[in-house]
Amino acid sequence: MITGTPKPIEEILEMVEPYDNIIVAGCHGCVTVCRVGGQKEVEVLSSTLRLAREAADSSITIKELSLERQCDPEYVESMRPVVEDYQAVLSIACGAGIQFLAEKFPKTPLLPGINTGFLGVTERQGEWSERCQGCGDCVLHLTGGICPVTRCAKQLFHGPCGGSTGGICEVDKDTLCGWQLIIDRLKALDQMDNYGKLKPYKGWSASRDGGPRRIIREDMV
Amino acid sequence: MLPCTGRIEESLLLKAFENGADGVMVIGCLEGDCHYVSGNIRARARVKRVYDILETINIGAERIRMYNLSAGEGAKFAGYANEFVDQIEQLGPSPINERRSADSKPAPQEEKT
Amino acid sequence: MKSGSNLERVLEAGHFSVTAECGPPRGADPDHVRKKAALVKGNVDACNVTDNQTSVVRMSSIAGCMLVKESGVEPLLQMVVRDRNRIALQSDLLGASALGVRNLLCLSGDHQKFGDDPQAKNVFDIDSMQLIHLVKTMRDDGVFPSGDKLDGAPKFYIGCAVNPFADPYEIRVPRLKLKIEAGADFVQTQCIYNMDTFKRYMEDTKKQGLHENIKILAGVTPLKSAGMAKFMNKFVAGIDIPEDIIKRVGDEPKEKQAAKGIEICIEQIGELKEMEGIAGVHVMAIEWEEKLNEIIDGAGLLPRPVVENEVVSP
Repeated sequence: MITGTPKPIEEILEMVEPYDNIIVAGCHGCVTVCRVGGQKEVEVLSSTLRLAREAADSSITIKELSLERQCDPEYVESMRPVVEDYQAVLSIACGAGIQFLAEKFPKTPLLPGINTGFLGVTERQGEWSERCQGCGDCVLHLTGGICPVTRCAKQLFHGPCGGSTGGICEVDKDTLCGWQLIIDRLKALDQMDNYGKLKPYKGWSASRDGGPRRIIREDMV
Repeated sequence: MLPCTGRIEESLLLKAFENGADGVMVIGCLEGDCHYVSGNIRARARVKRVYDILETINIGAERIRMYNLSAGEGAKFAGYANEFVDQIEQLGPSPINERRSADSKPAPQEEKT
Repeated sequence: MKSGSNLERVLEAGHFSVTAECGPPRGADPDHVRKKAALVKGNVDACNVTDNQTSVVRMSSIAGCMLVKESGVEPLLQMVVRDRNRIALQSDLLGASALGVRNLLCLSGDHQKFGDDPQAKNVFDIDSMQLIHLVKTMRDDGVFPSGDKLDGAPKFYIGCAVNPFADPYEIRVPRLKLKIEAGADFVQTQCIYNMDTFKRYMEDTKKQGLHENIKILAGVTPLKSAGMAKFMNKFVAGIDIPEDIIKRVGDEPKEKQAAKGIEICIEQIGELKEMEGIAGVHVMAIEWEEKLNEIIDGAGLLPRPVVENEVVSP
C-alpha cells in the first residue's frame, strides 16, 4: 500500500489558519489500512482542529467526509455537490489523491494533511516498511525477490558495499543490508549464479527520472 | 455501553472535550487482567495519543488520565475519582469552557479612566 | 601498457609497489595539498587523492590530483558513484585523462548520511562495478557506453577496492572476481590488522587464480594510539583490529604509543611483502603523512624504482 505519516498538528493549524470552514477528506484505500487517512483519522483530526481553534479564541466549521478512493474520478465526483460550500479541502489521502482533488476542484485550495511516504507492506500492526520504488523495470526474478533499488541504500546492482556489517546497512543499525538479504535468498534458492553476472546499467528513464509517467492501455481506452 | 476500554477511540475522547468536559477519566482493568486480553493496553496507547494532542493544542494534557483497577475495588475507585476531580478543579475549566462562558458574559465596559 | 602510468610500469616490471593517500582540504587552499605531496614525494609510485571521503565535502579529487602532479608525484584519482550520474562520470574521466591523470580507483562511496549534507540527493546512477566496466569500455574500445566513437580515448590504469573484513565474507572473493571481469587492473584493500582473516581471504583468492589476473595492493594504516584503534574498531564499518594489537599499543605509555603503531605497521608490511599474490602495499597514513617516509624506509622499500617510459599506443 501507499503509506504516509500525519503532518504535525502545528503545521496543519498554520495551513488552515486563513479558513473558517473546510472539508476534511479521508480515503478508504491505502491510508485507511495504514491508519493515517481513513474515516477514524478524519474524526480525530477534525475534533483536534475544532478544539485547537476554540482554545485560541477562534472557531472553524468542518465537514467530515471520506471517499472510497481519492484517485478515481467517479468517487471524487461524489463530493462535488458540497465542495463549493467550503473554503478549502484538507485531504489526508496520499499525494496522488490530494492532487486529483485539486485537479477536479480547481477553484478550491487543497491542503495536504499527511506526508505521503512509500510503497510498502505491513510488518505488524503499527509498523510498515518500504518495498518498492516504482523504478519501472523490475528485476526481482534475478535477486531472489528482494529489490536492490529499494532495499539497498545505495541502489547497488552488485552489492554489498564495504559498509555491510553483520547483515546491517551502514546507514542505520535498524536497517538490514539489502544485499545480504538478496545473497541469503539466492543461496536458499540455489540461484547464486545470478550473483556472478555483470548487470547492464540501470535504465532510470523508466523511473521518475524520465519525467512524470503515464500508462495507456490501448485495449481499454 | 462499553464492554472494554479497548473499545474507546481517540475521537470519542476528543468529542467529550468538544462537548464541554473539563476532564476525562478512563478506567480500565488491571494490566494483565483484561477480560478481552489486551483491550486496556490499547486504551492506554490511545489515551496517550489524546494526552499528546491536548498538550499540543493548549487544552492541557493533564485533563485526561487512565486508571487501572479491578471491578471489586470500590474504595480505590472512589479514591481515584476524588483525586481526579481535585486535579481538574485545580486546573480549572478547560479553555473551551472558558471561551464559551466568556461569550455569554456582558461585553466589558469601554470607559477607562 | 594500458595507461603507461608509473604505477602500472612498476607493477608490470614485477616490483613490490607502494602507494599512499592524500586527503584534499576542506577549503580552496592549494598549499594544503602541496604540503602533503611534498611529504609523499619519493616514497610512493602513486598517490591516491580521495573523493569527498565519508561524504564530507573537500576540494575535488581531480583538482587535488593536479596539485599532486604539479608537485612531481603521480596522482591516483579516486572516483565515487555516490555524487555523479553517468554523464558527469564520463565527462570527469575524459577531463582527468586530458589533464594527464593515469590512475583511477572506482568506488561506491560512503552514504551521504555520514557527511555535511545528509539531506543531499543520492545519485548512484551506476554502481562501482559498472563504473569499472564503463572506464574499460572507453579505454579499450574507444567508444562511449552509448556507442559513439570517442575523440581520444581516456587512458587509465583501473583500480577497485575490496574489503576482506566486511560481511558477508563468502561474497568478498566472488565480488573481486566480478570486478576483474568488469575490467579492474589493480585492487587496493581496506586496511589490514587481522592477518588471519586476510590470509584466509588470500587463500580463497588464490584458489580461483585471481591473484594472477589483478595486482593486489594490501592496505595498511599505522595506529597513532590505542584510543584510535578502539575508536576505529567500534565506529568504522569493516575494520577489524585484533585485541593483541590494541594491547601491544596500549601497553606503551601514551607518548610512546605512536612509535609502537609505526613499528607494528612496518612489521605488517614486512609480512605482506612475503605473501604470495601481494603485489604492493597501500599506506593510508591519514593526517599523518609526515610519517610516511619513516614507515616506507623502515620497511626497506626505498628508494622507489624508476621504470622506463614505454610508448603507449594511441
